[in-house]
Amino acid sequence: MRIVLLFGLLAAVLAGCQEGPASADKAAARPDGARLYTQHCAACHGDEGDGGVGVPLNLPDFQYGVSDRFLKETIRHGRPGRVMPAFPTLSDAEVDALVRHLRTWAPGQPLTPTDETIEGDPRRGKALYDKHCVSCHGAQGEGGEGTGVTFSRPRDLPIIAPALNNSGFLAAASDKLIKAALMNGREGTPMPSFRKQGLSEQQIDDIVSYVRSFEQQPDPTAVGSADDEPLTISRESPHSVEETVAAVKRAAVGRNFRIIRTQTLEDGFFPEAEQNPDQVIVHFCNFDFLNRALAIDPRVGLFLPCRVTVAKHEGKVEVTAINPKRLAYLFNNAELNRLCEEMAQTYNAIIDEATF
Amino acid sequence: MMKRLTLLFSLLMLLTPAYSVDRLLMARTEQAFPEAMLKLQETIKKHGYTVSRVQRVDIGLTQFGYETDKYRVVFFGKAEEIRRMSSEYPQLIPYLPLKIAIFAEEEDTLMVSFSPLQLMETDEPELNSVLENWTADLQAMLADMRNDNE
Ligand code: HEC
Ligand code: HEC
Repeated sequence: MRIVLLFGLLAAVLAGCQEGPASADKAAARPDGARLYTQHCAACHGDEGDGGVGVPLNLPDFQYGVSDRFLKETIRHGRPGRVMPAFPTLSDAEVDALVRHLRTWAPGQPLTPTDETIEGDPRRGKALYDKHCVSCHGAQGEGGEGTGVTFSRPRDLPIIAPALNNSGFLAAASDKLIKAALMNGREGTPMPSFRKQGLSEQQIDDIVSYVRSFEQQPDPTAVGSADDEPLTISRESPHSVEETVAAVKRAAVGRNFRIIRTQTLEDGFFPEAEQNPDQVIVHFCNFDFLNRALAIDPRVGLFLPCRVTVAKHEGKVEVTAINPKRLAYLFNNAELNRLCEEMAQTYNAIIDEATF
Repeated sequence: MMKRLTLLFSLLMLLTPAYSVDRLLMARTEQAFPEAMLKLQETIKKHGYTVSRVQRVDIGLTQFGYETDKYRVVFFGKAEEIRRMSSEYPQLIPYLPLKIAIFAEEEDTLMVSFSPLQLMETDEPELNSVLENWTADLQAMLADMRNDNE
């Protein structure tokens, strides 16, 4: 099926080539970094790299403090469980073009990559880490709450500290890069220079080897696989559609939710009299939950307010909801795990009660 | 020409294993929220879909320190297609109608949608081809919303 579709497309593209083969050649020869950035990165990092859901990428201290290799590896690995997706399907040429584009924001000499290990004492480093870093990067290096820049969300800091125990970060960052961040800090962000804060170079080396030792722990920000979780939660109801809808509402209200709206699936598509009355959506909401979820990841509003659907199909009445446990995976955001777990329990309880 | 290459590219993407497919589709526009809301609805219509509802998500958000109350989910679909697909594949219902969340971030506006490719099933070629069409249309809409495609 898909092959047929592909052939159709190929034919269409080939036909189109007659219009202007020259421009196609150029595009193939050198991918357009600016365009790739707009398509894949700007939604999170801002059109000019000012940050958003993602951290800023245009600050000079960041640009000079990281190597091209770090940027490429970061694009390839992403930050598993910390929102930033991996881009395994971009070609090497496309990744290079992206990096060239990022570098237009702060022309100058970036860090040269190196595999040199920095020798320090991770035990002493841990003590220093606990004293100087935990408040922003978290007790286990899991990063601050939420991600990126405070634009629309209530936050503790203007830029949320990234996760340091993240497999994507550790794979991309050399010891030298971590050391540079600690020595110089990142001006324009909350990340201070620990040289200026009075730590010795030896102490900074100790912290670097402690941060490196996170590699030995299991990645706590891992979000698991979507394959482990079904797409929906679903139960058959012994009652009629109408009775089941009433029972869903009672169960939601009983759990401190407010009913926002009840409608048919076809509402807005067909005049009221023609809508299928056997597909009913109940929307409900709990503001505290909504706000906690949006503060962690503003994108989850896509699945809010909460929703349960009652539908009759071939004589059976089914009550269904999306499976919230898929969401942490969908959003690549481990911080959503707990909330999604909570939401899954709520959905299960409401559906159980309504189909009892 | 560029459009066709993009189309071909997205088609090629569909042929690669599921793990490499974007699960969330996102776009940013420099338009302010009210203009972006209008443009999004026009764009959805331009691609042949009906906007069935615009849902507020933000009731009471400002009260909680959220600096913006500019947050909506726009629902849309093609009437007959929604009817047919929901009756033939009731497992889709919790994910229908299609939707795009739209919210302000400072002066910009962000949009997020769920890629329907994730609902594909083995041995369901008809279902899968509709899901592929939906995904391609969502991608095209978001591409229209991005700045460079003005
Ligand atoms: C006041 C909060 C704060 C403190 C304290 C702090 N950091 Fe940071 N750190 C940040 C922020 C914010 C960033 C992101 C800066 C940016 O956007 O470039 C950051 C970035 C970093 C980076 C670069 C990460 C990357 O992905 O590029 C490293 C490494 C780092 N910090 C390590 C540490 C260590 C180790 C300590 C303790 C010695 C520490 N930080 C203390 C806030 C903090
Ligand atoms: C869905 C949102 C999202 C998208 C899309 C995204 N990023 Fe990120 N990116 C993030 C977040 C969030 C972080 C910080 C992770 C953390 O807080 O632990 C980050 C971190 C980074 C870093 C490391 C910054 C540092 O201080 O070390 C780089 C480099 C980066 N992203 C580049 C890119 C590029 C290039 C693209 C496009 C190919 C991209 N990102 C797409 C959200 C995103």
